[in-house]
Amino acid sequence: MKYNIGALIVGLLFAVGLGLSGILQPANIIGFLDVFGKWNPTLLFTMAGAVGVHFITYKLIRKRKTPMFSKDWFIPTRQEITPALIIGSLIFGIGWGLGGYCPTVSVTTLASFETRPLIVFVSIILGMLLFWVLDKNTNLKSRLE
Amino acid sequence: MATEWVMGLVGGVVIGIAVSLMLLWNGRVTGVSSIVYGVLVPIKGDLAWRWYFIVGLLLGGLSLKFTAPELLAVELQTKAWIGAIAGILVGFGAMLGGGCTSGHGVCGVSRVSPRSIVATIVFMTAGMAAVILLRKTGLLV
Repeated sequence: MKYNIGALIVGLLFAVGLGLSGILQPANIIGFLDVFGKWNPTLLFTMAGAVGVHFITYKLIRKRKTPMFSKDWFIPTRQEITPALIIGSLIFGIGWGLGGYCPTVSVTTLASFETRPLIVFVSIILGMLLFWVLDKNTNLKSRLE
Repeated sequence: MATEWVMGLVGGVVIGIAVSLMLLWNGRVTGVSSIVYGVLVPIKGDLAWRWYFIVGLLLGGLSLKFTAPELLAVELQTKAWIGAIAGILVGFGAMLGGGCTSGHGVCGVSRVSPRSIVATIVFMTAGMAAVILLRKTGLLV
């Protein structure tokens, strides 16, 4: 139960952090990516804050033998740069720039009960399901690894 | 403008604390696309915490709605149909690339993972190209 409540608190804090930073507003995402327009560096500060904190805490926390509520660590260990990583990130980035929504923002902004985040959220789910079907039938991902 | 930068930084620090707690408590990376995908295509025994996390995000969003609704100004910068295409690309790309802005961009870069650093550079550059395209075609609202 601690494990689940922990995840709930992390989700809540993450959403509040996103809200405070201003990046629940697609204008701030597009503004950051709009390097040849009216550039808005807000997201850079948010990334710096988040990475700055976690860069330090990561090292401290990993000194523990195990996490507090779990017997094991679940942290990716792969190192190799694969076509799947590059092509996937390329496709993700194009979508991120076109809409101004990443998955975290799309879930959090559902709480606004407005139509546009719902459109983006539903289409993100469709994109994930499309990946699942395609990967299941063609082994797309393992072919690109 | 200066306030926006400061708030950007403050929000970032809160996000940094959130992902640190996920690591400290549950030993996990806070990769939101993977968490959502794990709800859509569930693995047995690995489901409940994902729902709790998503409910947490929604509760956080709701608390903003009632305390600072201006932070949830969620209008798209493009037409709705472009937003729909954008979402499909985001969902598909995040799964093929093994992560998104949270998993690669925040957690991966923080632990200096070469894969995540490359992914972050690629998706930021691609995002910039997409915005240039929107601007050139007059589709940026």
